[in-house]
Amino acid sequence: MRIEEIFRAEHGRILATLIRLVGGIDEAEEALQDAFATALEQWPTAGTPANPVAWLVSTGRHKAIDRLRRRALLVQKQDEIALHIEQSAAEDDVPVPEDRLRLIFTCCHPALTTEAQVALTLRTLGGLSTEEIARAFLVPAPTMAQRLVRAKAKIRTARIPYQVPLDDALTERLEAVMVVVYLVFNEGYAASFGARLVRHELCEQAIRLGRMLVELLPAHAEPQGLLALMLLHDSRRETRLDGSGDIVLLEDQDRARWDRAQIEEGAALVEAALRAGGRPPGPYALQAAIAAVHAQAPTAAATDWVQIAALYGVLARVHPSPVVELNRAVAVAMSGDIERGLAVVDEIDRQGEIVGYHLLPAARAELLRRLGRHVEAAESYRRALVLVGNEAERRHLEKRLREIVSLHNPQGES
Amino acid sequence: MRYMLMIYRDEKEWEGMSVQERGAVYQAAVDYCEALRPSGFYKGGDPLEPTRTATTVRMKGGKAVLTDGPFAETKEQLAGYTILEAKDLDEALAFVTRHPLVKAGFTIEVRPIREGPPK
Repeated sequence: MRIEEIFRAEHGRILATLIRLVGGIDEAEEALQDAFATALEQWPTAGTPANPVAWLVSTGRHKAIDRLRRRALLVQKQDEIALHIEQSAAEDDVPVPEDRLRLIFTCCHPALTTEAQVALTLRTLGGLSTEEIARAFLVPAPTMAQRLVRAKAKIRTARIPYQVPLDDALTERLEAVMVVVYLVFNEGYAASFGARLVRHELCEQAIRLGRMLVELLPAHAEPQGLLALMLLHDSRRETRLDGSGDIVLLEDQDRARWDRAQIEEGAALVEAALRAGGRPPGPYALQAAIAAVHAQAPTAAATDWVQIAALYGVLARVHPSPVVELNRAVAVAMSGDIERGLAVVDEIDRQGEIVGYHLLPAARAELLRRLGRHVEAAESYRRALVLVGNEAERRHLEKRLREIVSLHNPQGES
Repeated sequence: MRYMLMIYRDEKEWEGMSVQERGAVYQAAVDYCEALRPSGFYKGGDPLEPTRTATTVRMKGGKAVLTDGPFAETKEQLAGYTILEAKDLDEALAFVTRHPLVKAGFTIEVRPIREGPPK
């Protein structure tokens, strides 16, 4: 493996272990940079060591000691720390899985803002540069740098512990970690702006973090559900937009181009999560189960909408929200009962909890269109267009509106 | 590491409660804190009299000027403080999230105390 590849793939593992060995995130980041710089100098001539990760960790530790020694000329206390690190046994250099877990729980600590949690996680565990994170979130690089500096200073000053939460707090804290991972994924997946390449890097990062959680927390079912959900969504990546960047609806996507291996892996994880999880299952496992039903249907027409509607029904009980209810309404309509689906949509509309959500009038418009109620459908499309933010979605709604207006008014008389 | 808890509440709302109700909240908070004094976790703290009793001092034109009232007029006012000696932020937060005053509608800000001169 090339040094750059090792840097990207093993950044989190090496940094997490160095934080344990040298204490602070900043010190560990410096040590890691030093270790990689040394590798770039030495490996091309001396050859890649048998165990590059162990080599980088122990080189990093020695570099940290050197730095502290140099500073020790100024400050007495640094010398004691250097001695302490030096005396820690060499076997401590071996990365243990616990290291990365400690790091992600620290990065996703609820005392930090969500933006900071996301940035720190991508920086430390993902090995993304500050510039890359800034580009992915359309934030100026200095702003992102400031955000990272501030978050690290808070961890240090307020003493946010570098540890995996105890059992009674673990479930709640794990939820916060999963929110961050899924946020990273959606930022990449929603593709509302920015270059597709940068955005896909985010999806890959999120999937990698999801795999890490599954590997390190085998007793928990929800990370399996989360990983499954991301894999299943991501399996359709290539077919979601057409050549001009317009949205291709699920029913119109070329299923032959869906990533079969990823779908199989996702489906197996869903089953494992549903078997191992609580009763009822968690929200990620349920959403993944729904995505699996879609992914496994050979054609759009063969989709098992009855099962999807039932799964949304369970999800609505576990995780009540008008958005889930809206999805259930659509599934009910798609399973054949459009009138009943429309009634549910109208009920959500009456409750008025998600009045600003463009998909509510968009779904209503779609159902009305299928019922042949074109005038009302057009009105709902117009309402959706006022609210929509994503350009590709806007173009899709405009196209539908044009179609329906010309259908209703074929001669263009108005 | 020492942390200071700054405890806030809308004074009007608090004074709108009966003396018995306020007394019960006070007693619950005292019991909760005092139980942790022997271990050295709870270092001390006090409730404060309302902001209408406050005097604020500022330097103006080389002279200390006094004003009647709190430093800032806000919706919620500082109502008390607590000092903790905790291992880390998580230990301090575990104490605060279970605090009877939080359950009674107070808002608590947790700040690390700096030891020594500014760094």
